[in-house]
Amino acid sequence: MAIDRREFMRLAGLGGVVFASGLRQALAATSAGSDGDFYFVQLSDAHWGFEGPPNPDAKGTLKKAVAAVNALAEPPDFIVFTGDLTHTTDDPKVRRQRLSQFRDIVSELKVKTVHFMPGEHDASLDNGEAFQEFFGRTHYTFDHKGVHFIALDNVSDPRASLGDAQLKWLADDLARQPKNANIVVLTHRPLFDLYPQWDWATKDGAKAIDLLMPYANVTVFYGHIHQEHHKMTGHINHHAAKSLMFPLPVAGSQPQRNPVPWDPAAPYRGLGFRNVEAETKEAKYEITELPVQKA
Amino acid sequence: MIAGTAGVSSSAEPKPKVIKILARRFTYTPNKITLKKGVPVVFELQTADVLMGFSIPDFQTRADIVPGKITKVPLTPDKEGTFTFLCDIFCGSGHETMNGTLVVE
Repeated sequence: MAIDRREFMRLAGLGGVVFASGLRQALAATSAGSDGDFYFVQLSDAHWGFEGPPNPDAKGTLKKAVAAVNALAEPPDFIVFTGDLTHTTDDPKVRRQRLSQFRDIVSELKVKTVHFMPGEHDASLDNGEAFQEFFGRTHYTFDHKGVHFIALDNVSDPRASLGDAQLKWLADDLARQPKNANIVVLTHRPLFDLYPQWDWATKDGAKAIDLLMPYANVTVFYGHIHQEHHKMTGHINHHAAKSLMFPLPVAGSQPQRNPVPWDPAAPYRGLGFRNVEAETKEAKYEITELPVQKA
Repeated sequence: MIAGTAGVSSSAEPKPKVIKILARRFTYTPNKITLKKGVPVVFELQTADVLMGFSIPDFQTRADIVPGKITKVPLTPDKEGTFTFLCDIFCGSGHETMNGTLVVE
């Protein structure tokens, strides 16, 4: 059964789903030009393979998210997963099993254009080797309706660095873009020092931001911190997505970076999703934060 | 002739206190260290298993702790307070809580 946006909002158990809706329908109803406007879904931090008290539905949450995305009345143009697809394991065989199971689950998505990138849980213990066997390159670009998307890998190096080679690759790619290009960066860790005391940073992220600064229309979507967060560095917006497994506390709000406990009286609290409308003419991304469940 | 010397006697400078820290997945021992502002120390770090990081973001100080070596990290804390040190090289499940507290008085 197709569902509209409001129905989608009422579905529980979704984290970090970013999509733009409403705009396409609104534009379709008018004669205003809608060239280039579209929406995509961002899912993040599924941590497939994790089990524990922070999510009694560890094996079900991702499947629910897939079902909910499939039930959207208007399918997104494409879907992105911004890392930590799987939960870390020391065993390379288990790592591959988890990546395989994750791939099987998300293969049920009706929208077949899906872009993946790794998180440190997927890639930091083997420099991204297993991730690449299943999902290909860890950093890449693609273009869609006038927007240039750049996926950056700040996790294959366990030191949380992009590295000089990738920074050069980024610089070369940016050199081919006009200064007013619509650029969206997708990555796992924050590029800026959100809270390095909790490893919420990228060692050389400032270099990437410096490369992006000359471009007027840059927005970054990322994951890693398992909560919504918005920050500007200069004119660049950075938006963190929620997780599909468990929320994490606000930076520095408690001594340890432990998952927020599951509350049976408020299941999936802290796991929400995001509505992003991509208006490419203005390079604007209107974001509406929505609760998973109404109070 | 004046007794004494115009040069600096190196024996007058006390050596910085050495603080040994052992890192293993996923703890530091000790994980709470108290220092005095302005007093230099040297951390001597070793890892019991894999490559680890030692980072004190508030003092912009970090180092790799390489297996089989002793890594020396000098620090003269220039501010008081309670600060975090942590492993900043992803080392597995448990990495997220591999940290300690530095108290500077």
